Amino acid sequence: MDTTERKRKERQLIIVTVISLAIFAAGWFLLPILTEKILLGVVLLLIAGSLYCTNNTGRYVCKRILLALLTVFIIAAITFFAMNAIPGGPFSKEKAPSAAVQAVLEERFHLNEPVGRQFILYLEGLMQGNFGVSTKTGREISTTIFESFAISAKLGGYAALLALVLGVCLGSIAALNRAKAADRIIIFFTTLFVAVPSFIMATLLLLVFCLQLNWFPIFSTENQSYVLPVVALMLSPMSYITRLTKTSMLEVLGQDYIRTARAKGVSQWKVIFKHALRNALIPVITYVGPMTAYILTGSMVVESVFTTGGLGTKFVQGITNRDYPMIMGTTIFLATLMVTATLLSDLVYKLVDPRIDFD
Amino acid sequence: MSDYNPNIPPKKRPFPFSMQLDPSKFEPASDEEKAQQDVMRESTTFFRDGMRKLFRNPLAVASMIVLIIILITIIIAPLIVPYSYSGMITVNGKRDKSAKNMPPFTYSKLEQQAIDEGQHVFPHIFGTDELCRDYFIRVIYGARVSLAVGFFASLIVLFIGLLYGSIAGYAGGKTDLIMMRIVDIIYSLPDTLMVILLSVVLDQLLGQSLQGTVLASIGPNMLSMFAVFGLLYWVGMARLVRGQILTIKNNEYVLAARAMGASRGRIIRKHILPNCMGVIIISTALQIPSAIFTESFLSFIGLGVQAPMPSLGSLANAARQAMQAYPYKMVFPAVGICLIVLSFNLLGDGLRDAFDPKLRK
Amino acid sequence: MSETPLLQVKNLHTSFFTDAGEVKAVNGISYNLDAGRVLGIVGESGSGKSVSAYSIMRILTDTGRVTEGEVLFKGENILNYTPQQMQKFRGSRISMIFQDPMTCLNPTFTIGSQLKEAIRIHTNRTKEEIEARAVEMLQLVGVNEPERRLRQYPHEHSGGMRQRVMIAMALACEPDILIADEPTTALDVTIQAQILELMQSLQKKMGMAIIMITHDLGVIADMCDEIIVMYGGKVCERGTADEIFYNPRHEYTKGLIRSIPRISEKHEKLVPIGGSPVDLLNLPKGCAFAARCDHAMKICLEQPPEEVEVNDCHIAACWNNVRRMMEEQKGGEEA
Repeated sequence: MDTTERKRKERQLIIVTVISLAIFAAGWFLLPILTEKILLGVVLLLIAGSLYCTNNTGRYVCKRILLALLTVFIIAAITFFAMNAIPGGPFSKEKAPSAAVQAVLEERFHLNEPVGRQFILYLEGLMQGNFGVSTKTGREISTTIFESFAISAKLGGYAALLALVLGVCLGSIAALNRAKAADRIIIFFTTLFVAVPSFIMATLLLLVFCLQLNWFPIFSTENQSYVLPVVALMLSPMSYITRLTKTSMLEVLGQDYIRTARAKGVSQWKVIFKHALRNALIPVITYVGPMTAYILTGSMVVESVFTTGGLGTKFVQGITNRDYPMIMGTTIFLATLMVTATLLSDLVYKLVDPRIDFD
Repeated sequence: MSDYNPNIPPKKRPFPFSMQLDPSKFEPASDEEKAQQDVMRESTTFFRDGMRKLFRNPLAVASMIVLIIILITIIIAPLIVPYSYSGMITVNGKRDKSAKNMPPFTYSKLEQQAIDEGQHVFPHIFGTDELCRDYFIRVIYGARVSLAVGFFASLIVLFIGLLYGSIAGYAGGKTDLIMMRIVDIIYSLPDTLMVILLSVVLDQLLGQSLQGTVLASIGPNMLSMFAVFGLLYWVGMARLVRGQILTIKNNEYVLAARAMGASRGRIIRKHILPNCMGVIIISTALQIPSAIFTESFLSFIGLGVQAPMPSLGSLANAARQAMQAYPYKMVFPAVGICLIVLSFNLLGDGLRDAFDPKLRK
Repeated sequence: MSETPLLQVKNLHTSFFTDAGEVKAVNGISYNLDAGRVLGIVGESGSGKSVSAYSIMRILTDTGRVTEGEVLFKGENILNYTPQQMQKFRGSRISMIFQDPMTCLNPTFTIGSQLKEAIRIHTNRTKEEIEARAVEMLQLVGVNEPERRLRQYPHEHSGGMRQRVMIAMALACEPDILIADEPTTALDVTIQAQILELMQSLQKKMGMAIIMITHDLGVIADMCDEIIVMYGGKVCERGTADEIFYNPRHEYTKGLIRSIPRISEKHEKLVPIGGSPVDLLNLPKGCAFAARCDHAMKICLEQPPEEVEVNDCHIAACWNNVRRMMEEQKGGEEA
């Protein structure tokens, strides 16, 4: 096939893969029809694809998806076996229940079976969306997760979006005004904010703007003031993206092909936005994965500080209460999100940079 | 080519110089006179050049000064301040229960009495906390703990990562491939979640067995943090080191050295290690604030050091409940964390600007 | 000499203001370029030849600045052009091609889009006309299957091919001057010859003037009508190709010519020019080359030499020429 034809087909393949991933993710949450047999089939297909696919991109995509699945599996395994390594089992905190109740619990949670079998059952449950039951509240964990995740998703989503958009803008401004006032101001503030952990920022913001100055109300279900938590979450990633964009821009602007574009007579704006930015954004895309991880972990504390009732709050409560099924469930859920985000950002990165050798 | 004959003398031209030229100046110049002109730039080693650049960077210098000041303070302060971080304040040998949550530089009733009687009571620079302990000394000890944690965690990461990365990088081939696949898998695990998980688990597992040992004061949480650092965090360093070694191994000057007959050991010592040094130092310098960050984070969630041992993160967490009433209790540890992390970050940036071979113009 | 030269460079000074100090890259060069002529600028790395070209095109990096002098294109000083004027000017009246074709093309755009961009910025053509012109240019520079190449990416092509594309981009708007900054240095010798041949034939066909910057005397010998030799940011010698090669009047030029290994002669030791290049941060107050010169005199260390007319078409900046003149005059007086 012709090179250009091949490139187009690769592009289509990536787009199709991304779309299917999205469908798969949605399906996992909404339709509990997936069984382990189907999953096994998909995994085998992916392995075959990674070995035999003629397309470079196809092989890469298969390998990456396999790695992601493997990671989730390992995390689930570590979580499960770690939790079960704790002496006394998940009910040690409660008062010893009566023998009858004990029997029911044991049957419900399969506590009599060997650990390996328990693990398989747990995995099966996960695939159906059944995360078990909280030992503290007795509610289905999946319900708790999905309720509270609505808030966290909004929080994290706003934070990520703002961090990206503002970060790229500020970084470009800094790069173009190098060593001038705008650059110095931007660099000053970003250096500051990069070093301030999100939970410190959260408490400081809460202290100053909420409690002392009363500019913003305390978060409650009626009055969902997202401003302060979002700011607390996004300041550090935004600062990082700003510096990353600036460095990347400066490096790209020093490249020979930018000189060629200027010598051709391309206007200054076009040189920056058309020629330079495209290349400069590539490192920023690779950062999206780690940024998601940061926002997810940061949200744990920020949500606790602002008492938003999101997933993070529940997670921290689970830890404080030693509510093991809750900890397990939320850990696996969050980990899956992080892994998916990293996977997607890697795939998009390949899409954007046509030079990369797929390995 | 044209039929050019250089032997035809050029046409006589009028002497073009209006000023009088001194004929004696047209004597040939001696070698010494020429050498004077030939001012070559003094050659420096990579290290010296980098240090010079580093010290010219005002932010890096400032952060070094700040760090040194912090270090001196936390070493000297416990010698000067007569309070301990775990004990209630005592006046005349009696525990002073009224000295609760005092703002900075105030004295409790009992202490005031003692002063009136002529005793000298060391001021509470940061006030006291809810258990009547001097807050200043707690913050100092908290800083000690946080810094120590950061330092040791970075050492662990450095040691394991350097070893692993250099073996993978130098061995190459199948060994490298397998080792890097393992790194890939570990790298994709979300580290903070794993830390939390392991902390929770180890807290239960080790809690009882540690009673009475010297490690009890640190607490199982901290140990689990070190364990996770040893298990997970070294992969970044390993990748970096391996990448550097691969690049250098394939560089022409290593090839040249081998062609000249240099032994493997010599190549490693003289060529590979010095060039890795820069990257390693930078990475370690930036690992310290990351470790402190993680420790503060864990402490903030409640998985930090065992009470009564303070760390800046756990102090901040404790201060959270009483934030409206006593905001200063939050401010001191928070500022402490920010200052330390910021200084290390700036120092790391400065080191990178000075020593990173890719950025050298 | 009756018409104004196409390009007049007058006393150009360019410096880079770095952390380490002011790097004086170009220290007063002057030359003229007539329409349709080929000028070669020779010098080693650090002689200021590339920087002088960037100064003309005004594509210096942030730290670089023209500190003195004028550059007149058809009588107008282009150093005074506004950025908008300059942008219209670059690529359409004066074009430039660069040394390393591997890095000079944007890797994320196809060759076609970059070539068409060059055409689109400076002309008012329809999409079809632009496409046709792009194909035409590729054919002109000897690229086969031009339609297919347009849709491909730079990394899919060899160095020689990319340099041809660069030439096509530079000539698409039929500029009056083409500046070629070491266009063949990064290429294999056989490809070098092809590219040089291509440039010569294009020059004859399209009639533009060329400024050929290189450190390779062999490249210059065949192509250039006039040659400038640069060292330390100054013009050492300027003359026709014949004059420079057969009657060099500057010690540096003589050194360069001497150092060319000749296959036809007996096997002798190579003759390098001793010493190292001058430090542009600390320029000596006399002749920049004096420290390496076998015939340096005391005055060479104290005063920078002035340009002396050797004959109609040959200028050299070396005190030895003045000494020779003084001796002739003395000889004439005594006679």
